[in-house]
Amino acid sequence: MAKITAEKIMDEKSIRLALNRICHEIIERNGGSEDLVIIGIRTGGAFLAERIAGILAQIGKSEVPVGIIDITLYRDDIQDKLDQPLVQKTEIPFDIGDKIIVLVDDVLYTGRTVRAALDAIIDFGRPRAIQLAVLVDRGLRELPIKADFTGREVTTSPRERVEVHLKENVGFDDVIIDRSGRGGV
Amino acid sequence: MSLKIRHLLGLEGVSADDIALILDTAVSFKEVLSRTIPKVPTLRGVTVVNLFYEPSTRTRISFELAEKRLSADTINFSTSGSSVAKGESLKDTVWNIEAMKIDIVVIRHQAAGSPHYLAECCSSTIINAGDGAHEHPTQGLLDMYTIREKYGKIEGLKVVIIGDIKHSRVARSNIWGLLTMGADVSVCGPPTLLPVEMEKFGVKVFDDLDEALMGADVVNVLRIQKERQQGGLLPSLREYNRFYGITRERLKNLNENFTIMHPGPMNRGVEISSEVAEAPYSVILPQVTNGVAVRMAILYLLSARRGKVDEG
Repeated sequence: MAKITAEKIMDEKSIRLALNRICHEIIERNGGSEDLVIIGIRTGGAFLAERIAGILAQIGKSEVPVGIIDITLYRDDIQDKLDQPLVQKTEIPFDIGDKIIVLVDDVLYTGRTVRAALDAIIDFGRPRAIQLAVLVDRGLRELPIKADFTGREVTTSPRERVEVHLKENVGFDDVIIDRSGRGGV
Repeated sequence: MSLKIRHLLGLEGVSADDIALILDTAVSFKEVLSRTIPKVPTLRGVTVVNLFYEPSTRTRISFELAEKRLSADTINFSTSGSSVAKGESLKDTVWNIEAMKIDIVVIRHQAAGSPHYLAECCSSTIINAGDGAHEHPTQGLLDMYTIREKYGKIEGLKVVIIGDIKHSRVARSNIWGLLTMGADVSVCGPPTLLPVEMEKFGVKVFDDLDEALMGADVVNVLRIQKERQQGGLLPSLREYNRFYGITRERLKNLNENFTIMHPGPMNRGVEISSEVAEAPYSVILPQVTNGVAVRMAILYLLSARRGKVDEG
């Protein structure tokens, strides 16, 4: 009998509901969407940031600016990597000074990506606050970092792999835990 | 995504994939330069030595800025006031600097091939910042970046390089790079300043300026290098200006949306008129701006290969 190595923990509907709830929480926490800007971490976080901004615009009846941040140049493992990640463009075409930034990523794991993103954002100016929204929090943090808005919390081991599939990337929405032992995000 | 090359010694033989990766990466670094704090922590802990055996303003400052914008530590070395004046050889100089634990050497030298020699006898990553009349690869790359930024492509464009092709390392790096990327490359200059059998590389050769400029998209005007002129090749600067100087009247047969480039420093009134140099179609200052982004991309991409053990 084949061993089941992958488990679907979110589907298209639960992702949609989770993002809707996150948006309502963002509005509640900040008393509206005024002064909000959304910044997604490439690549998965960038798609989710677009979706969140879309929902916020519907709820709050006003546009929320969206930016994309590439954290490659801020990684703490850049010198150790054998295959160099491609440096992509960061696109923050607005002033972040005194704004409330909602930083968006697909999976929160060690916290190192978020640490790098925080450093990158600070190089663009001094926001009033930075809040963190993630679709999946899989635990196993290596830094003192915590999400403000979470779609789904799951308990995982480092040997497991969490895969977020999004329509913008692969044509469908779901989140899978792969237990075949390869590890990674 | 990594470069195949381990050093940047010249553009001859560098693949189109490597050139494209450098130009793509430079786009991201140009964005970094536009930020409130135009600096990233990527090369913290990497030490770069700028070894300049020949005078340079633009290239040296550009490399140093690129290194600092990446948070690398930089050491500048120029031959005056150093032990080179006491007769130390190039190899000994670099071995001694390497003994102090450095990672990357940027070298400009009057002797063609000196970066290649260092790459063989040293363990550091070597970047050629101009070797004699041989190559100036970072200039070639920043010229290609500037062309691609304006036209969105390099392939199929007609590029004419004008001036002293024989003594120009800028011309050589441009020719190799542009041919690899699929441009249609011509050179034009006085017959005494054109190398023989240039056509063999796939370059069109002209000694008549108006003929060369017919239907061109990009005109790269080279500096007349007075310091490299042996007697007799060029009768006078006035005569050169009359036959090969780029003035507004000469530009009438170029393609629409043409571009004028110059690697600097300019001799105004010799190879280029002030009017052309300062016109909106000229990208001489954007070339300088892009130079920093392109050199950042090269330093970043080459530094990642440092720890890698060579196959075999």
